[in-house]
Amino acid sequence: MKTVFDRPHALIDVPLHYCPGCTHGIVHRLVAEVIDELGIEGSAIGIAPVGCSVMAYNYFNCDMIEAAHGRAPAVATGVKRADPGKTVFTYQGDGDLASIGMAETVHAAARNENITVIFINNAIYGMTGGQMAPTSLPGQITQTSPYGRDVTQCGFPIKVCEMLAQLDGAEYLERVAVNSVKNVKNAKKAILKAFRNQLEGKGFSLVEVLSSCPTNWGLTPQNALKWVEEKMIPYYPLGVYKDRSEEAVK
Amino acid sequence: MADKVLMKGNEAIAEAAILAGCRHYFGYPITPQTEIAAYMAKRMPKIGGTFLQAESEIAAINMVYGVSSAGKRVMTSSSSPGISLKGEGLSYLAGADLPALVVNVQRGGPGLGGIQPSQSDYFQATRGGGHGDYRMIVLAPASVQEMADLTVKGFELADTYRMTAMILADGTMGQMMEPVDLELTVTPPPAKPWAATGTGMKRPHNIINSLSLVPEELEELNFARYRRYAQIEEKETRWEEYRMEDADVCVAAFGIAARVSKNAVNEARKMGIRAGLIRPITLWPFPKVPFAKAAGQVKEIISVELSMGQMIEDVRLASGCRVPVTLCNRAGGMIPTPEQVLDAIKRAAENGGAAQ
Repeated sequence: MKTVFDRPHALIDVPLHYCPGCTHGIVHRLVAEVIDELGIEGSAIGIAPVGCSVMAYNYFNCDMIEAAHGRAPAVATGVKRADPGKTVFTYQGDGDLASIGMAETVHAAARNENITVIFINNAIYGMTGGQMAPTSLPGQITQTSPYGRDVTQCGFPIKVCEMLAQLDGAEYLERVAVNSVKNVKNAKKAILKAFRNQLEGKGFSLVEVLSSCPTNWGLTPQNALKWVEEKMIPYYPLGVYKDRSEEAVK
Repeated sequence: MADKVLMKGNEAIAEAAILAGCRHYFGYPITPQTEIAAYMAKRMPKIGGTFLQAESEIAAINMVYGVSSAGKRVMTSSSSPGISLKGEGLSYLAGADLPALVVNVQRGGPGLGGIQPSQSDYFQATRGGGHGDYRMIVLAPASVQEMADLTVKGFELADTYRMTAMILADGTMGQMMEPVDLELTVTPPPAKPWAATGTGMKRPHNIINSLSLVPEELEELNFARYRRYAQIEEKETRWEEYRMEDADVCVAAFGIAARVSKNAVNEARKMGIRAGLIRPITLWPFPKVPFAKAAGQVKEIISVELSMGQMIEDVRLASGCRVPVTLCNRAGGMIPTPEQVLDAIKRAAENGGAAQ
């Protein structure tokens, strides 16, 4: 019998702890497919964050390091400087990357550290049970914004790709989503490029993935994907925010 | 013996680290240790190493965490307020059993404090500095030569026991110049099969991690770590005893305080007072043995410190409170003079064993 669909080798065959309907699983799979396709499992070193994907180290088949909250880009910097021939990636959520770890993110980008960053933006703190994230939308109800995110009190959501695009250092910044087949395919392309850039020595490549959190949004998985389409994408437009190799072509 | 070089303490640490095979340094500017960063910035690019001025102390210690995870010798240095910021990383290094060398050239605190020498991070260093049950090996140099020697030793101990070794110096040690013999004996790092270097598709993946959600397992990790610590206490405790053979007054001091105290002990001896000095070289593990012995021999132990009295607690514990342990101190960046220590010795010699 011909196999038409299989688990990527870079993804270990264990049950994931993610909630039903959460799109972390899709993004894990995309990253693992890319690692397989580039043939870099043996030389890849992944950095897991603190947050829902804290246990990503149990899922990827390559060597893995669990970092302190927000510090993954600094840890990745250390690994890459120690062992430049290896492929180093971080996998971080919005609280980790855009709140407590903002300084590490910005400076890794400014230095054009030759690493790949997979940034899951689901507009909420998932692991701790649904608190307001730096990317929660204006008016969004969470455990710590029970009356809706009041921008006069807690400010506006942070648009990471737009912000980092202002830095001369960053090589490649793209925002994608995984709420439809078409978007998943585009996300795969972006992730592939972000890894390939590193292999080509191009530098800091970040893919922001708009992701769903049905459990903490209080929505069914289907409605959560609709919420990504109707609420998140208008606020966080998809697309390439920076691509220095494209700029060079022009 | 090789020719000696005149160096600042901070520079001696930096050069010794390079000689020990450290090729990765991450730091953030803070007085009075910035010479270490400046030295590394000059030297590392020339020997194929990494010098990186991190965006923060927090980033610097996490870059250390990354290099250590990759199995290489690595260090960072800072001074008191910066070490507080590194506290999180120190705890994670302990939790993930990663070796690293961290240098604290102490200044007066708390808060922003001052920039003059201090020993007031003794509690922070010897109790771990961050959250959770853990220790660091804490080495206290008292000369520029020891700044170099203990740096090499620190890397070796860190690798052997897979934990952080800290050089706990102070602003005086960092800034003063003395001749140093840089012909240091270095043991190359051991194999690190646990490191994240890529599986090469030849072995199961390695995981560097401090998370353990099953309490029974986390408990066992803690017990295992403390069994390792017990070995360190047994094998690695270091101290110097000076004129203690017949002493009836004992001075306890480390670092610059020990230098000052040695002068005072010599002066006291000239006056016919039988004074001696115990100088802990490892602050953790603390040298309990000489203090337990001294407790059965002297009438009083004087703890000389550049703090409000921190090591004194360990001296009391080690001596079993069998003799009075008194404090002779300056704080906030001030250094006790030999006269101040001599006065304390004279008082102890006259009515030692009396009130604390």
